[in-house]
Amino acid sequence: MEAQPAVRVQAPAVPEPREGQSVARLELKMAARDVNLWYGEKQALFGVSLDMFDSSVTALIGPSGCGKSTFLRCLDRMNDVIDGCRVEGDIRLDGEDIYAPRVDPVQLRARVGMVFQKPNPFPKSIFENVAYGPRIHGLCKTKAEYADVVEKSLTRAGLWDEVKDRLDESGTGLSGGQQQRLCIARAISVNPEVLLMDEPCSALDPIATAKIETLMDELKKNLCIVIVTHSMQQAARVSQRTAFFHLGKLVEVDETSKIFTNPTDQRTQDYVTGRFG
Amino acid sequence: MSNAQAIGPTAPNLDWSSDQAQRRVRRRYAADRRLQAYGIIAIALAVGLLGVLIASLISTGFPAFIQTKVELPIYIDPAQVDPQDPGSGKYRALVREAVDKVVPGIPEEQKRSIGKILTSDAAYIVRDYVVDHPDVIGKTITLPIAVSDPFDQLHKGVIPKEMDALNWTQVGWFERLDNRGLVVEHDGRMSLKLDVYVNPEIVEAGPPPSGNFAVLAQSSLKAYLPRINDTSLVDMLAAEAPEVIGARIAAEPDIIGKTVQMYFPLSPHYAVLAKGETPKVLNPRFSQDQLAALDILDGKGLVRTPFNWELFFNADSRFPERAGLAGAITGSFYALLVCFLLSFPIGIAAAVYLEEFAPKNRFTDLIEVNINNLAAVPSVVFGLLGLAVFLGFFGLPRSAPLVGGMVLSLMTLPTIIITTRAALKAVPPSIREAALGVGASKHQVMIHHVLPLALPGILTGTIIGMAQALGETAPLLLIGMNAFIPSIENMGLLEPATSLPTQIFSWADSPERGFVSRTSAAILVLLGFLVIMNIVAITLRQMFQRKW
Repeated sequence: MEAQPAVRVQAPAVPEPREGQSVARLELKMAARDVNLWYGEKQALFGVSLDMFDSSVTALIGPSGCGKSTFLRCLDRMNDVIDGCRVEGDIRLDGEDIYAPRVDPVQLRARVGMVFQKPNPFPKSIFENVAYGPRIHGLCKTKAEYADVVEKSLTRAGLWDEVKDRLDESGTGLSGGQQQRLCIARAISVNPEVLLMDEPCSALDPIATAKIETLMDELKKNLCIVIVTHSMQQAARVSQRTAFFHLGKLVEVDETSKIFTNPTDQRTQDYVTGRFG
Repeated sequence: MSNAQAIGPTAPNLDWSSDQAQRRVRRRYAADRRLQAYGIIAIALAVGLLGVLIASLISTGFPAFIQTKVELPIYIDPAQVDPQDPGSGKYRALVREAVDKVVPGIPEEQKRSIGKILTSDAAYIVRDYVVDHPDVIGKTITLPIAVSDPFDQLHKGVIPKEMDALNWTQVGWFERLDNRGLVVEHDGRMSLKLDVYVNPEIVEAGPPPSGNFAVLAQSSLKAYLPRINDTSLVDMLAAEAPEVIGARIAAEPDIIGKTVQMYFPLSPHYAVLAKGETPKVLNPRFSQDQLAALDILDGKGLVRTPFNWELFFNADSRFPERAGLAGAITGSFYALLVCFLLSFPIGIAAAVYLEEFAPKNRFTDLIEVNINNLAAVPSVVFGLLGLAVFLGFFGLPRSAPLVGGMVLSLMTLPTIIITTRAALKAVPPSIREAALGVGASKHQVMIHHVLPLALPGILTGTIIGMAQALGETAPLLLIGMNAFIPSIENMGLLEPATSLPTQIFSWADSPERGFVSRTSAAILVLLGFLVIMNIVAITLRQMFQRKW
């Protein structure tokens, strides 16, 4: 292999396992360094550097328009499809630059799954919704394999018991919470290593939200989850690390407990205590 | 919180129960009702006009859907038709014999005129039947044979058997004379009592008296109706009227040079009018013998008016009673087929590229503006383009459905591109994001998700474009797709053809009475196809419609 760009990510400061948590040592999964992003002339991200670890949940919080969703969409190159969007900087998945020319965004998105704010199942059957990912990536060969993948994904998404008798019904006929879990099942059906969640619960009621949060706890055991949320309670409940964004800049990132109890930056302090935002 | 207090109420307090406020509410309600009324009036107007159009088409076109026919028993004489070569028999003679048998005793000189009751195609109808069924040779068959156009119209009551003998101006002259008390009964005949100056320059006493009595009679009549220079005025007096003058001079030679009163008998039509009846004459299209023969046929129960299937299954003909739309429908079908095969894939490909892949720059903006403008270009311009490029430059055959379809596809392409783009735009971005999010490539997103969801809109747009193309006349006229097609056997993509709208155009131009109702009927058929296409569009849309 020819000269690789210098990997600027050295062994990150791995947070010490906290008391009462079974997480042993966290491994670095994704690392962003000095990411700048422009929508046309307007700069939306200013030098964001953030590490995201395997088997943990990283929460991105901040007021509306602070760039956290934009940053999230950089991680699976969803910004590529937006006209006039330009990304600078270095984002690595397992040490590999995801913006390198030889990286195929389509394959990248199979490794980095995404769940969106509004549940968006395809207007197809529940089975087809989940089987779609494996189908386009050619992961399965026989019908039985597809059925197996669908069952496993739906089970992991905690939806199997509710829909196993009506897999042929349209995915759009489910309730909002079920639809969102279907979208999660769809995202994890291709075995992603990272799962990006863009305010996944903002359109859901508290019960559905609780279900999804439980699910995230389950899923994070073998996934790196990055979640954008407006609910600080949610961030506190589900995440191990929290990053606070403000005006396109990453203000502070630390262990969740530290961000919410003893933040370093005054702006973080103000935000988490509800002074602004 | 504190700011709100500092500013205070944003507007002065209003008394909602004051007269002013009440009036404002009433005015607002009135405005609402007015707006609603405008809408209802507009819709009523549109529906009413449509109703008038349809009603007038149906009332004019209805007679074309039935056809007067004679169930003629024809003996297929083996002497006239060779069983080995049934195509070249003497069928005209067979038909004449058959008519002779049904209406016996026609004098030889009348046979031709009686034969004209049947369509001029009668012999070919028999020939075609015998060629298809050679085993009937030597037998008597009963074939329904269309009657020719004037008799068809007569039987349907479109044109009358008798017409008014006098027009309203002629009746007017008579009434003027009658009002002056000049119409009297004289010697048992209705006559005009006129003063006549027996001009010695015109007549001589004789005996026997001579001179141009007719001129004298006419000039004395004209004296009563000055300033009318209509030669038909002379028809008011009976042919023997001038003799009255001669007889009078013979009896009283000394009236020459004097003005005397004379009684001129009225001509037959005016005599009827004088009795208070309306004078009638036989419609000049028919002869008495023809009508008598038709009555005999009718009396034998041979004249039928079945549903006119030939309107759909016959091709065009010079004789309205035999003319049908099969050629036009076939031509339109071929042209639309070509149009669809060209414009559907090209339109969708163009729309998908412009909507999903094309960079947004000046060049694509220019293309977009031009496509939108193309949709507004008058169709005759496309016809000229087709004439110049397809016929003139590429040398494609004239009048062919291939060229017609190509020209029509130029017209439908903008429609399809615009509606397809709108349909693609209407697919929610969340579906694209969802598909991209699980790692679908751009074309997978398009083919698996966006196109199926946009399909109802695309199909609707396409069918509406096709319906437009079906009704388009001008471009087809310019490339000559209004050929006279008497048989659909040889029709093809490269053969001359006609189409529904151009067929309507040619029929509307034809002088025969039967083509009037056939024009309306053809319009109804065209409208029927348009309605069917729209129903198909709606059905397809509902079939493929999916919620998300």
